[in-house]
Amino acid sequence: MARAVVTLPAQAKRGEIIEIKTLAAHSMETGFRRTQTGELIPRDIIRRFSCTYNGTEVYRVDLHPAIAANPLIVFTTIATETGTLSFQWVGDNGYTATETAPIRVE
Amino acid sequence: MSLRTALLFAACLLSAGAAAGEIPLSERRSGYELMGRETRAMQDDDATNPGMLWVLDGETLWRKKAGAADRACAACHGDARTSMKGVAARYPAFDAALKRPVNLEQRINICRTGRQKAPPLAFESRELLALTAYVARQSRGLPINIAIDARSKPFLDAGSEAFHRRQGQLNLACSQCHDDNWGKRLAGSLIPQAHPTGYPLYRLEWQGLGSLERRLRNCLVGIRAEPYAYGAPEFVDLELYLMWRANGMKIETPAVRP
Repeated sequence: MARAVVTLPAQAKRGEIIEIKTLAAHSMETGFRRTQTGELIPRDIIRRFSCTYNGTEVYRVDLHPAIAANPLIVFTTIATETGTLSFQWVGDNGYTATETAPIRVE
Repeated sequence: MSLRTALLFAACLLSAGAAAGEIPLSERRSGYELMGRETRAMQDDDATNPGMLWVLDGETLWRKKAGAADRACAACHGDARTSMKGVAARYPAFDAALKRPVNLEQRINICRTGRQKAPPLAFESRELLALTAYVARQSRGLPINIAIDARSKPFLDAGSEAFHRRQGQLNLACSQCHDDNWGKRLAGSLIPQAHPTGYPLYRLEWQGLGSLERRLRNCLVGIRAEPYAYGAPEFVDLELYLMWRANGMKIETPAVRP
């Protein structure tokens, strides 16, 4: 279940700084841990998160093994125009999750 | 002495007998109050509370048909926001067929095997935690209300006995930390009062959601005692006692703990 939750204001004034909170369900297995019998647990992490605002990339982050499970990423952007924010998480073993959220700018 | 004063006196004696050593409601502290500001903020905001990922999965499972009966939870129970409101605050509850209390996870599995004709979900599986979290989420903010009657009293007593019994290689009873020394430190960590107000909860140490039984297993291993298996009657008795001991405190599910 590639579950992700995105929270942002439904509307904003033009030029206003808006805060966006994202939460993705992921184990973020580091690749450094071993089982009780000594076998290495293969790495399974989210490698990249990005956010586009009406097609323009406004935020991007590379994730690494030290980042906690179910990563919470909070960032800000400037509300420029009414439209859609798209969020994408990409990771190991073909993991992808996408979310979209509308925003109305006055 | 009027009859009324006599009755009141008798009631006081009775309640004192039952509540000896327990923490009065005015002094009860949820683990929430002992956490740092950041962790409290994380729990308070559904946008940052990772337990909500399980709650949302539970909502999906609630509506998903399962088993040979091909029925979803919602087919019988309807909208969980109304039908499941306050349910978690009453669990573990006495099951007439099993003649003993069952916890919320067991109740969900009884429903699955009995009504949905589906295989039971494994304890601590993502599905069972998700469904439990979704059901318990509907009681958030409501006071815990464990009613004890003649049928469930022996199980409460068994739980109370387990809570006060010294066990393990360290020869410690739950009550020695959580009744007698709460608020002090065990190594670097504050000792909470052990009120199970927010289960299943997201523990940062676990990097995931876990049940009260998982937490109890941690504690038992900590005192070098052999933990019971998931779903063991001894665990449910202890859960019943802990929930009864927290009567009146508000449900926080899904809580976040360090």
